Parts: sequence; C-alpha cells; structure tokens
Amino acid sequence: MIIKCIINHKPCEFDTDPTKRVIDLLREDFGLTGVKEGCGEGECGACSILLNGQLTNSCLLAALQLQGREVLTLEGFRETEQFRILEESFAETGAVQCGFCTPGFIMASKALLSENPSPTREEVRDALSGNLCRCTGYESIIKGVLLAAEKGEGVW
Amino acid sequence: MQSLISRPVKRPEGEDKASGRALYVADLPKKDFLWGRYLLSDRPRARILSITLPPLPPGYSTVSGEDFPASGRAHIIKDDWPFFAEGEVNYIGEPILLLLGADAQVLHHLLNQIKVEYEDLPPVLTLEDSQNKKEIIFGRNNYFTEYKVIKGDPEGAFQKADRVFEGTYRTGAQEHIYMEPQGMLAEYDEGILTVYGSMQCPYYVKNALLPAFGFSEDRIRIIQTTTGGGFGGKEDFPSLIAGHATLGAYKTGKPVKIILDRHTDILMTPKRHPSKISIRTALDSQDRILGMEIQILIDGGAYEGLSSVVLQRALFASTGVYRIPNARITALALATNTVPNGAFRGFGAPQAYFAIETHMQELAQFIKQDPVKFKRSNCVDYGDSTLTGGTIKEPVMVDELLAKLKEISGLDPYKLPPREIKGSKTRAYGFSLFKHGCGFTGSGERDKIKAVVKLRRNADGTVEILIANTEIGQGAHTTLRKVVSETLGIPFSRIILNNPDTSRVPDSGPTVASRTAMIVGNLLHRAALKLKNQGTVGEEITVEERYAQPPEIVWDQETFVGDAYPAFSWGANLVEVEADPLTLEVQVKNFWGTYDIGVPLDERIAEGQMTGGISQGIGYATVEVLQNREGRFLQQTMTDCLIPTAKDSPEIKVAFVNNPCPYGPFGAKGAGELPLVGAAPAVASAISNALDLLVRELPATPESLIKESKRGEQK
Repeated sequence: MIIKCIINHKPCEFDTDPTKRVIDLLREDFGLTGVKEGCGEGECGACSILLNGQLTNSCLLAALQLQGREVLTLEGFRETEQFRILEESFAETGAVQCGFCTPGFIMASKALLSENPSPTREEVRDALSGNLCRCTGYESIIKGVLLAAEKGEGVW
Repeated sequence: MQSLISRPVKRPEGEDKASGRALYVADLPKKDFLWGRYLLSDRPRARILSITLPPLPPGYSTVSGEDFPASGRAHIIKDDWPFFAEGEVNYIGEPILLLLGADAQVLHHLLNQIKVEYEDLPPVLTLEDSQNKKEIIFGRNNYFTEYKVIKGDPEGAFQKADRVFEGTYRTGAQEHIYMEPQGMLAEYDEGILTVYGSMQCPYYVKNALLPAFGFSEDRIRIIQTTTGGGFGGKEDFPSLIAGHATLGAYKTGKPVKIILDRHTDILMTPKRHPSKISIRTALDSQDRILGMEIQILIDGGAYEGLSSVVLQRALFASTGVYRIPNARITALALATNTVPNGAFRGFGAPQAYFAIETHMQELAQFIKQDPVKFKRSNCVDYGDSTLTGGTIKEPVMVDELLAKLKEISGLDPYKLPPREIKGSKTRAYGFSLFKHGCGFTGSGERDKIKAVVKLRRNADGTVEILIANTEIGQGAHTTLRKVVSETLGIPFSRIILNNPDTSRVPDSGPTVASRTAMIVGNLLHRAALKLKNQGTVGEEITVEERYAQPPEIVWDQETFVGDAYPAFSWGANLVEVEADPLTLEVQVKNFWGTYDIGVPLDERIAEGQMTGGISQGIGYATVEVLQNREGRFLQQTMTDCLIPTAKDSPEIKVAFVNNPCPYGPFGAKGAGELPLVGAAPAVASAISNALDLLVRELPATPESLIKESKRGEQK
C-alpha cells in the first residue's frame, strides 16, 4: 500500500505493508533508531512520537494510520532550541541514566510544554505517567521538565 | 584546578543518549543478518520425546545444545546451566532450540508449527515443596547449597532466655524491568567469534563461551554496546544469550541477532530469589537480646547459577546492623522447576533486611519500646565483631545519619508522630537502618576476580582507561574518569573511556556487587599515581595495577570466619505512607534517605543511584507482584508486571554523610545496591504502622495484607 505522510518535516511516499507497526517502519525502513522498543504494547512510552502534534506510542500504530499525517520523532526534534533546553535541563538534574527511556521522555516533555509551557509539579507527573523509567525514581526527570519550562520561557 | 570530587559534572555519554544517537544493540546498523527466535519450554518439568519441525525454507535453520563444538553448558560459577534443554526441560521458558532466518514474520510462523512431544514429570514449584522433598529434582535433597554459621553460644543463649520472640518473613520474586530488553548480535569471521550486546560483565560472557566452543582466548571477543539498565539482570543471563547467538553465527556463518521482546524477557530471564526467613530471638529479663536463630531459604529456580553467592550475602546480612552476641544461622538455596533466579541489586540482602528490620520493629513493639531507639541501641559500633567474627573497621555514623534524616524531613526519628486518621485513610511513618558490604563477598576479589586495570597515556597527553567495567546507567564511566583526572591533575575531558571490548581491555572484573567505584576506582587511582611518575610527555606509556587484598582484611572461605567485606555503606530511611484500612490499598507519600557511601564521587550521580534504588525498593514492597501458578508467571507483559510510574512515586529526598573510606578512591565506598536494601523494610514498617497489621510478606498488596494478623495477636 502506498502511504503518503510527512516524517520529520519531509514529505514521504512509500510502499509498505499497511499492517506494519510504525515503530518497525521508522526504525527499520527509515533508520530512526531514537525510537526505542521497551515493551511493544504501549506501556513504557520508549517509542513515543508525535503524530500531528499528539504524543503517541508508535508500537501501537499501523503504517496505514500514517496516511496523510505528520510524524515527529526525536531525530526531527533534536536540532531545535527546545531540544537543546530539554537536553541541558535533563543533564543538570541528572535525568539521564541508562538513557533507554530518555528519547520517550524528551518527546513526552515536548508534548507537555508545547501545550502547557509552565506546568505544575502535578501536571508534569501526570504528563509523564505514560512513560516508564527504572533508573531514576522519576524525581530528576520531573525536576528536569520543570527546569526546562523555566529556562525555556518563550521558547515553548 | 578545582577538585572534581563530589562536584557534579556533565555525563560524557548523556547527550548521545538524550538525542537518540547512542546505539543500543537493537540499533546496530548491521546488514544481512539472521534473526534468532527461541522455541521455549511450556512445561515446568518434562522429558522431550520428540521435536518435529515443519519444512524449513532455504536460508532457515535451527541450532541447539548438541551443536556446540565442546560443551553445551554455560560456565556461571559451576558449569551447571545448559544453554539449551538437554533432553529434559526444567522450567517454563527454558530454551529448547533457536530458529534462524532473515525474516522475523516467517520465523514467527515457523515457530508456531514446531511440535514438541513431552512426557510430563511431576514438578516442584514452591520453596516448601522443595524443602519437603515432594519430588527430588536436584542431587539427593534439592539443596543447591547449604551453609551454617555459628557465633558464640546460641544454645546457651536460648537456655538462659527469659522470653523468645519469633517471626517468619517472606518475599516474592522481583523482575528487573531494565528498560532495554536483553539482546546480542554475534558474528563468526575468520575463525573469530565476536559478540556485541547489552551486558554488565563482558568477561563473564567470554568465560562462559570459551568452554562451550573450546576456542583459544584470542578467538572470542566481547564488545559491550550502550546498555539500557542492568540492576543485576544483565550479570548472568547475557552469557546464555551470547551462547545462543554465537552458536547460530558459528553454524551459519552469518551474523545472528537476538533481541528479546518484553514478554520473552520476563519469561526466560532470572528474577530476584523468593525467600522465606524465620527468626527467633532470645531475650533476657531486661529485654536485652541474648541471641538469634535464623533460618534462610531462597528459591534458586531450576539451575544453581549464582544462587550460592546470593545465599552467602543473605546470610551475612541476616542480623542486619545489630550486635547479636550469639547466633546460629542456617541457609539453604533450593531447586524448583521455575526460571533460575539470579542477581538483582542487593543480591540476597533485600530479603534478609526485610526479615531482620521487620523482626526488630516487631520485637520493639513486643517489649514496648520505641522501634527507632531500640534499633539504635542495638546497632554495632566501631570495633564491634560482625556475625562472622570480623571487625567493624570504620566509624559508624548512625547518629549523623539520623541527625541528617531529621534535617531533611523535619521529623525527629526518635519522636515520630503516631498514626493519623485523615478521612477514610490513615497515615503513618516507617523507619529502617541498614548497611551493605562493598565489593565481592569474602575473598572473592582476591581469589576469584583478580582484577587488573590499565591506564594508557597517549602521545597527545590524553589518558585512556582500560577496564572491563560497564556503564549501564549508574554513572560509573563518569565517576571513574573523575578519579583518574583528579589523581593525575589533568582535565576531565582529557580522559578517554570507551565501552569495553575484551580484545583491548584487561579483566577488571564484573560490574556488580557495589564494587566498581571502590575496588576498580581504587585500582585506577593507584595506576594513575604510578603513571604520574613514569615516562615523559609526548611518549606513549601504559601502566597496570592488580588487586591486592589489604593485609588487615582476613577471611576464611571454608569456615566463613573473618571479614566478609572490607567496608560497609550505611543508610537510614524514613517513609510516610497513606493507607486505606478498608481496601488495604497503600500509597507511599514521602521518602527520606540518608546515606554513608564514604565520599560521593559525584553527588548528582550518587543521588540518582539513591532515588532509583529507593523506587525499586518501593516497588518491591508494594506493587511488583510476580505470582507463579503451576510454574507459570501470571504476570507476563509490562501491562501486568508493574513498576512504579511517575504518578505513583513519592517525592524522594536524599542526603549524604561523609565518612572517607581508606579502601576507596578519595574515600568512596559502594553505592549502587544500598538504597534498594533499605527501602522495602521502611515501607513495610510504615504500612504496618498505618494499618496496625503485621507485615510479614512482600510485596504487601491488599491481597497479601488481608491475610496478615493484627499486631499483638500473633502467636
């Protein structure tokens, strides 16, 4: 099936199995390995992408669902000022340990801050509750997002 | 140059991880490889009568145990663990064969068509059935290992006792849920096997493969890829997966990639040992502790693997931080037809600490004393003798830890508020006091590990650290770079440290047992001192340093007498929980932890280790249920194999008390396991206080709490 969509700001047209999982499509066919597979069933959020701006688990999407839509992965986000602020804030609060969940948390944080540039601690906890981390106990990630909100005033 | 010690620096690998550029094993851009997919046992114990394969398309094949050129057993401690089932399966999830081919979908269809004919044998599924020899599935009596330690005169203590108090404490299995599932990529090229993968211990993998292939050392090369968490779960099992992948590569001549999906990872990889620990305490007429009798049972699962060493750590931790003049400890690791249990952060100590800390709280309540005061007054001090007749060789900073706890929580641990009723909920506090031995148990560092490190100064003045220790998220590659930079007085950015490749680095030992900062860090410190005085700038030079046991540390591995550990890290935890007396649901609201890890090499990294370990301990105490029914876990995916989320994690505050240790670089001690050891007992203590129930089983779910007795009503 021919799919037409935008991936990381670039219009794409390709022939693929419409039932192929989007995570496999992005990782295998487009080499976007910043999209991680932690569970394959929408629990851990490591494969988070933005689909038309909405935070989405790419392991639960079929290629067909990309038709006419716009995908943003970490690879398409990492050249931005917003990413730079998030990365710096995460480093400052110690939010990155093993790093496997980090791409997902970055995308979830981007989704939150784009919607709500100055969230409360509770709002951050809510927004990150679809992403699992086993290293940090979340404290440093929550602080990282709050710091990014503060540092990035006007950027979101 | 401003000292880097304790001061946070930016992790060198952090940006690559945050930007998605870091390559984990599943991300390696390998072309033209075969996927390896497992056929796993779905019986807990059975003889394999026949395996019928469907016709395999060209390019598809299988490998199994008999294909290994030398031995089908993985060397862990003994050579007891078969890479593939040897005619008999011993647990659900045991690999029978590996199916290889280019297309994962085709492999999936082929796997579903394989028919295995079994003859079922009666399995042993619980600790009790194993101990009672319901069936004999290992040796003469199902015992993998049995230990006994006697201190003083326990018999005399119980004869003199005025009162005896006893309790039995149980803990369940725990799954690591490292975020990156396990995986390996192997290739066989020009007679050399190369393995890339997610692992803690490259040389463990190498040493497991050498006897399997009968190759010389130079023909097996192990390279660690960026590893998404380990927590002990990538200590032993990577050796098995590496064996499977290398066998596939060896037989087909093509690269073979095995990436476990989460369900398979949960099914087939080791867990924390379930345990049952019984403690009896003899008290005199003044309510002083005369002695203890402790029986420890741990469930080793189907193969022994690391169980004997886990049992040793549980044994040496079984009297906690307390001065027990007379003690008899018996300890058993038993065989069951469940997934082999292995290393998990704490390595036997979390089970032992749940038992002893809960017992001490119950004991205090039994004799109507404040638990915190009771624990403090029974705590060992500098110069005291340990359970194994060794000596506490460091200042014991318990009062400082408690003072710091008061400072960060605003609560005096000696005057904790009583249970408070808030609407339909109750709130209460809990407390734990604990220590954790740093480095390998006993003389393991000297006799088994024999660590070697190297430092190479390049012509351009940069210095490369050559070690086998892995960065698995814990920050080791940042703290070790700091040690070398600080010792040499050259900038942090001039220190090179790559993921280990066994063809380039010496065996500095595994990344386990809270040993990396203290043991490997100290070797690097000494190597750097050596390097400082050698060679001329502009000339390449390599120095080497080998582990030597400090002469004052004495240990007899046969009798278990002496110093089981050269030093201990210490901690005190305070936790507030909210509980619903009707539904028995519990939520951890606040968590405070103070720690003596010598001197933190990097406060931000140390803090991250503490908060992460606390979170795993809270999960262990509350939501992390793994129920085994008929040999099968009821929790099979991340949807039901729960870990704490951001939403249900409390605010965690931690602080450190400096207590420089002579055995570690710049005074550092071990840190990684300590926070997990103390967290669950503190949570259990708070739950007990909030619900006025005994909490004798972890995890303390509503389903387990409903079976617990009211306090004061126990036998």
